[in-house]
Amino acid sequence: MAGFPVPENRHRHVQPVINNTLPRRNDPFAQNIDWITVLLYLCCIGLGWVNVYAAVYSPEEQTSLFDMSTNSGKQLMWIGTTAILIICILVINHTFFDTFAFVFYGFMLLMLILVLVAGTNINGSRSWFKFGAVSIQPAEFAKVATALALAKYLDVPGINLMKRKDLLYVAGIVILPCILILASNETGSTLVFASFIIMLYREGLPGWIPAAGIAAAGLFIFALLFPKLYIFLGIVALLLLIVLLMPRYNRSIPNLLALGVLGIGMMVYVTGVDFFVNSVLQKHQRNRIKVLVDPTIDPLGVGWNVTQAKIAIGSGRLQGKGFLEGTQTKFDFVPEQSTDFIFCTIGEEHGFIGSLVVVVLFIALISRIVILAEKQRTKFARVYGYCVAGIIFFHVMINIGMTIGLMPVIGIPLPFFSYGGSSLWSFSILLFIFLKLDSRRTALTRR
Amino acid sequence: MLENRKWVIIGVFCLLGLVYLARLFYLQILDDTYSLGASKNSIKRVVEIPYRGQIYDRNNQLMVYNTPVYDLYVTPKQVRIADTASFCRLMAITPSEFDSIMGLAKNFSSVKPSLFLRQLSKEDFARIQDALVDYHGFEPVISSMRTYPANTLANALGYVSEITRNQLEEQDLVYYRQGDYVGQNGLEKYYEEQLRGKRGVKFMMQNVRGINKGSWKNGDYDTLAVSGKNLITTIDVELQKYADSLMQNKVGAVLAIEPSTGEILVSASAPTYDPNMLSSRSFSKSYRSLLRNPYKPLINRPVMASYRPGSTFKLIQALVAQQQGSLSPHMVYGHAGSPMRCHCRGGNDLRGAVQYSCNPYFYQVFRKFMYFNGEQNTFKASAIGLREWHDMAEKFGMGDRLGVDLPSERRGNLPTPEYYNKAYRGEFRWKFSNVYSLSIGEGELLITPLKLANLAATIANRGWYITPHFLKGFGKVGAEIPSEYTQHNETGIEYKYYLPVIDGMRAAVVHGTVDQRANIPGIDLCGKTGTAQNAKFGHKFDHSIFIGFAPMNNPKIAVAVFVENAGWGGEAAAFVASLVAERYLKGKTEALSLDKRVKASSFYPPSYSAPAPKRSMPAPKDSSHKPQAPKSLITDTRPKSATSVAVSGN
Repeated sequence: MAGFPVPENRHRHVQPVINNTLPRRNDPFAQNIDWITVLLYLCCIGLGWVNVYAAVYSPEEQTSLFDMSTNSGKQLMWIGTTAILIICILVINHTFFDTFAFVFYGFMLLMLILVLVAGTNINGSRSWFKFGAVSIQPAEFAKVATALALAKYLDVPGINLMKRKDLLYVAGIVILPCILILASNETGSTLVFASFIIMLYREGLPGWIPAAGIAAAGLFIFALLFPKLYIFLGIVALLLLIVLLMPRYNRSIPNLLALGVLGIGMMVYVTGVDFFVNSVLQKHQRNRIKVLVDPTIDPLGVGWNVTQAKIAIGSGRLQGKGFLEGTQTKFDFVPEQSTDFIFCTIGEEHGFIGSLVVVVLFIALISRIVILAEKQRTKFARVYGYCVAGIIFFHVMINIGMTIGLMPVIGIPLPFFSYGGSSLWSFSILLFIFLKLDSRRTALTRR
Repeated sequence: MLENRKWVIIGVFCLLGLVYLARLFYLQILDDTYSLGASKNSIKRVVEIPYRGQIYDRNNQLMVYNTPVYDLYVTPKQVRIADTASFCRLMAITPSEFDSIMGLAKNFSSVKPSLFLRQLSKEDFARIQDALVDYHGFEPVISSMRTYPANTLANALGYVSEITRNQLEEQDLVYYRQGDYVGQNGLEKYYEEQLRGKRGVKFMMQNVRGINKGSWKNGDYDTLAVSGKNLITTIDVELQKYADSLMQNKVGAVLAIEPSTGEILVSASAPTYDPNMLSSRSFSKSYRSLLRNPYKPLINRPVMASYRPGSTFKLIQALVAQQQGSLSPHMVYGHAGSPMRCHCRGGNDLRGAVQYSCNPYFYQVFRKFMYFNGEQNTFKASAIGLREWHDMAEKFGMGDRLGVDLPSERRGNLPTPEYYNKAYRGEFRWKFSNVYSLSIGEGELLITPLKLANLAATIANRGWYITPHFLKGFGKVGAEIPSEYTQHNETGIEYKYYLPVIDGMRAAVVHGTVDQRANIPGIDLCGKTGTAQNAKFGHKFDHSIFIGFAPMNNPKIAVAVFVENAGWGGEAAAFVASLVAERYLKGKTEALSLDKRVKASSFYPPSYSAPAPKRSMPAPKDSSHKPQAPKSLITDTRPKSATSVAVSGN
């Protein structure tokens, strides 16, 4: 309830809105914003900025936190512009996002196509627009637009994810930008779209679909890591175990047959993956995939990153080496130290305590978003809220996971922490559109 | 209820968070392999760059090795120079060069070393080593440079230079780093992976003063450097040098192949250059001057120049026509009925036609070949005939790249019916009378010297060839040779059809189109001359071509020679070929007068200036290597239209 005058009679009477010439009155700035989320957000931004500074800091040439030639100085500039963006989002009428959801989506698809034609090639992916010194990556913003479009589509009454037709439409909305981003060689950004499954699960997606997805991904990784025979034996053992644990009355012939078909299906799938990777793909493509699951096959490239990241984090111990005292993340031991591998700096300089704070911070933020999303009165806001939670969660898990060797190395940023304007902007927009929608929720309750 | 799924989702979030925290707890607290003792120790990565493999010839003579050189690195922040002028004198650079190098270095980093001077020779380094003590901030790093003691085969070997920006960005698995050396052309590029070996990495523990405290984790994460493999080539260096000497003051190519193995003995491109020019510090200067040289020494003519094969192609015509059944060795054609002129008496059988290179004879052979399919409509018959001809000639390796182990091989052109359909804008709009130039190897045919040498080897083998190659083994003879360099490629032409052709080839040398002086006693040379039309396109002389093999029975060497603008194929090219064959078979040169004559002759496109080059080339001031002359003419050999009619040949 930041200091904006509220009409006295507002709480007492339910007035039919007739003379509503100034929409701003019904949609005041920053009113009813969920300050807990904003606080968590500010914590992330602040910690991120300081760690970007630490990541590129070198003891020999002591630069200032505000030096515009360093990453931390530039990041400050990005934070400033983000503040302006946030103010814009909070000023705009909430119906704007609802009304124009599909327009955003269409515009974003156009940008993704345009970038394939007119984009600049940075690090082997043609996915950046370059304006002078500033590079913008449309793929970062595709998440926001896709989330809005999904929310808009699911908001229509009668849409049911149990129905195959609706499910196909939803899949189309997600897969279209995926294909375009994949075409610009941004595998990491494409995988992020898998996070929408969390929202879809909440909205009634049959539970077996996410389960099957996870199983397929798991089997894919197993197929790359282990010989086929072991996997087949594993599948057989698993099925036998299921049969043994099954209640007796469930062991009917059809059920057993279904299990058998399932097992054979899995084996065919594993064989298919094996054949595809080893026979269809060229050698360098094969290596690019294998390196995702087994960094040791490329000890000088990706494997080197993982080893160095683990050394940096592991050397932090309980309390860390202290701010700006890290040795591994300085210079070029850890690559991409201010972008994708920013978590190494935290782990090294602030130790387990620092890591704990960051992980808890993120879990708190994401849980808060889920709780808020569940309170929404409109399906649009709820769906969007779950999308936000899912996207942030996916980024955090992949990014931190790859630095500690739990996930394959996929180059996606740590939300609010990593250096880079596009990602900071897109995550802030993502979050604050939701907070704007959420602020309306309380307004609606009061009226 | 769906609302309850909220708890599933939050539960999953928290569970995964706990898993991550557990992992972090393990990494940071429990697992002390990552703890580095004293808190400020750090792990340093030391990169070991292996020696690049050396290159040998077939007789184990060293052709390429590495000379140690020194790269000088500078750390701008530590630099203390009292007298810049004397420092510049010591380094043999100008003060402005010094400023620009230091500027670049500072721009990169003031605390990290960057390259100051590259590739100081041992002598240079010895000169400055003592003085360097007085100048802080400079650090020499040992490195190596390619050296070519044999001083030949520059084009086929290629060169090694610093990786370019594009190459750096386009690599699939990131291996190279800025400043790495990489094979840029020829064998150095083709066998880059084997020659370069594999970089190694060592993880060393260092304390805060940079003093080594031993390897980290007992070296479990280290990878050893694997030095590059030595490449043994099939080249005979002595023969190669001899071919170079014969080709002095000429433009063209000499190729020699051992027919039974497909091993390339000689691959000379003329004019050539000293390969050492492209490995020293003056790389960019040398490269620019080579690029500006009007004779284009950087073109590897054996595989990159496409010529029309001229009369040498009649050999293929004779073989495919016999196999098809439209020609028997005893058939006699006169000169009547052919639009082509000829210089022989006429009335030859196949042997005589090869011996005297009779144009009308092969006109009739090709005509019969094209119409030998029962189709009444001559347009349709031509399309069927040409397809059959293309498919049979393709088996000699003519239509596509042969697959030699060089990165820059040209495809050439063996016209298909589709090719002419395109040229004549439609199907059945052309027939034999439009394409008969092919019968004597003119028209739209484009063939590299390597393919003609391979043709000679195929005929020497009487029916098969092994893809020509430079690789004789890695480390030891025969190791790691891919199967395509050992397997026989059959031509689909029966053994018996080769015999009359070979008889004709021997007769051509003994008493035929070949100048008598090329018939060196004791080597039993068989050959076929060719004179590719060039004079017709505004130049004074045609290109002289000769392919052949020796001895006639159980051949040991197959040769193809191109000499540009040398006219008659029976002279310049045949002389070179016979001398190369003699040197290889006898190990010495006995035809000394011929040897002298060839070395003295010059066939640079000299004083005549037609046609004028389209744009004048600035004459290189420092072209110390070759005299100046108008632009090379080899690129002008392509006929202007699909309808050009051939009337020369011999």
